[in-house]
Formats: sequence, structure tokens, C-alpha cells
Amino acid sequence: MSSITSTLAAAVVAAPIAATQPFVLPEMPYAYDALEPHIDAKTMEIHHTRHHKAYVDNANAALEAQGVTGKTLGQILAEVSKYGAAVRNNGGGHYNHSLFWNLMAPAGKGGGPSKELLAAIDRDLGGLDAFKKAFADAAVKRFGSGWAWLIVTADKKLAVVSTPNQDNPLMDIAEVKGTPILALDVWEHAYYLKFQNKRGDYIQTWWNVVNWNEVNRLFGEAVK
Amino acid sequence: MPFSLPDLPFEKTALEPFISAETLDFHHGKHHATYVNNLNGLVAGKPEASMTLEQIILASDGAVFNNAAQVWNHTFYWHCVKKDGGGLPTGALAEAIDRDFGSFDAFVKEFTAAALGQFGSGWAWLVFDNGKLKVTKTANADLPMKHGQVALLTIDVWEHAYYVDYRNARGKYIETFLAKLVNWDFVAANLAKAV
Repeated sequence: MSSITSTLAAAVVAAPIAATQPFVLPEMPYAYDALEPHIDAKTMEIHHTRHHKAYVDNANAALEAQGVTGKTLGQILAEVSKYGAAVRNNGGGHYNHSLFWNLMAPAGKGGGPSKELLAAIDRDLGGLDAFKKAFADAAVKRFGSGWAWLIVTADKKLAVVSTPNQDNPLMDIAEVKGTPILALDVWEHAYYLKFQNKRGDYIQTWWNVVNWNEVNRLFGEAVK
Repeated sequence: MPFSLPDLPFEKTALEPFISAETLDFHHGKHHATYVNNLNGLVAGKPEASMTLEQIILASDGAVFNNAAQVWNHTFYWHCVKKDGGGLPTGALAEAIDRDFGSFDAFVKEFTAAALGQFGSGWAWLVFDNGKLKVTKTANADLPMKHGQVALLTIDVWEHAYYVDYRNARGKYIETFLAKLVNWDFVAANLAKAV
């Protein structure tokens, strides 16, 4: 294993759903400028130190106000309808961003989809090109703020979905539930400094920094 | 006749340093223009093509509604701001704000909370509803006329409205909007028409 790969692997936080209260802002698995020129350093820094941090702080405050303690992030998301909008929005924001950082890597360092993942993509989504098109469509058509996802459903099939705001497919309120293995943030804050109104260009550029090694690992866990 | 992008009611640099010409280049020249173009594409050859923008908004949902409402919202928003705006409302508007919120400061507090609390993309509003002024917030393209209310003032809290100038600091943008930009004459005229 090359040194960069082992550094990355070590830095990838153990499953974000396993995080326990009170939540802390995870360290980035790479430097803010590591995804240049595809995603700019200023965007990554504000996204992590301002947006993600606010979700962590607000989630902790909302849970504390309700006297909720000792739960994992995964437990909270699975019953998020019990906790109201602040926990849904901020707990979702914490999970989504924690996962998102791990799902990116410097261009050329993220590997490619594994044989097993490709076979599942062929079977369930009509091949890699059709999958990429469906995923980009889901991302570009999400009106307002939200996320696009590749998930493994309960019957171990792949599906492409999108969710509004900071919702995600782990939530009990999700229209389609499943285990996320790839995620793309399409809030304007994820791309506005570099791409402005051109969300489609951001999505196409983003494929260059997908950490397929992590996608493959999450897929393997999800179909176990 | 297809819908067209209205000109800004001020010079592109008029709101500087509070809202930059760069923001307006994208916000008016790209975002607002895209909603207009999308709407024209969606209604071409359909019954909506001969309806007014308001009629389309009231009759539609989905993509047609989103684009039509965003055309209306942005045109309205441009008129809600001006160079050397802000300050205090006067006359009948000031009286109505005092009557329905208790004080101008109480209105500012409620409007700020709505604009900050609109999670994700959307708008905060001062509306006229059943004879009273109220503060509301709406998600994405949603707007007061869809709820039987008359819009008097709005602030766009989609991130594209403030990200170039304020980054994540939505609170600072809202504060600046109220203190330096609101066109209270426009708001007062909207109230006069509504009552």
C-alpha cells in the first residue's frame, strides 16, 4: 500500500453512524487543498470549519435540550422523527458531511469501482454510464438544497435517490431507505465559490475526486 | 408571448458594498434568467403559455410552479432593496408594524428569526394576511400568494443570494439587508394596495 493510501485509510473515520454523543467535528482525512483544482481549498475550509461545525454544535444543543444522551448518531437517525426539526436538520448535517469527506480523495488517489460493485451497478442500474447519468440527474434536479445518494436497500440492491436539505436515507422519515455508499452535497455552499450557478459543472468535476476505495468498502459492508 | 427577464431597478453597483455587483451578475444574470428560460421552455405550446405569471403560480405545481414562482420572487426581491435603503418605515406602514408586532424592533427580531430559521433554501416575508401584518418563511420557491397572503417584503435566503459576499454568515446578511438595503417605500406601497 502506498503511503498516501495508508494515510487516507487511517484517517477515514470509523463509520459516522457509530459516533457517540456528544458529537465532535471529525478531522478531515486530507488537507483543504487536497482536492484542488476540482474542489477549491476555500470552499473545503468553510464547508468543514463553519457549516459542518454548526451542524455538530446545533445537534448537540438540540439533543441536550431534550435530555437525549448516550445514543449513537445511527440510532438517532433511525428514529429521527421522535426528536423534531433541529435534530433532523443538524444530526443529518453531521452524518452527511462526515460521510461526504470520506467519500472524496485527491484526484487519481481514489481508485475505481471494484469488480463486485461494477457487477451490482450493471445488474441494478444498467451499467456504469447509466448509473453516473442517473446520479448526476438526481443531483441536478434536486430543487433547492439537498443530497444525491447511491444506496444499498434492505434487499441488497443498489438505488439512486435524492433527499432535501440534510435528510438522508438512514432516517425513518426517508421516502426510500437504505445504506448510503456514495453521497454528493448539492447545497449551494458546496460549490458556489467556484461554480456559482453551474451545479452541473460541479457534479461533472466532482467525479474526479470520488474515493472509490471507500465506496467499495462501504458496499462490501452493506451487502455482507 | 414568452416571459422575459426584467431589468434590475437599479445599477448593478448600486447595492455595494452590501451586495456586490458580482453577486447581482450571477443572481440576476444567471439564476433569475435561468428561471425565466426554464419557465418559457416548460410552458411552450401549453395552455399556460397564454396565462399571466400569477395565474400560472396559482394553478401549477412541480417544475412549472418552481420556475414561475422563482421568477416572481426574484422580481419582487429586487424591488425590496435599493441604494441607501434601510432605516425606519414611516406613516401607515410604521403604524401597522407597531400595531401588529408591538414595535419595529419586535418586527426586526421576528423577521430575522424567520430568515435565519428557514433551513435550506427559501425566503422570509412580511405579509398582509386577513387584515394583519405577519412574518412568514417559505421553502425553496414557495410564496405568500399560494397561501392567500399578500407579500409586502421579502429576503432571499437561498445561499446564492449571499454566499459570494457573506459566505456562511447568513445572520450578517440579514442584519445588513434590514439596516442598509430595505426599500420601505416599496413595502409601504404594497401595503397601501393590499388594504
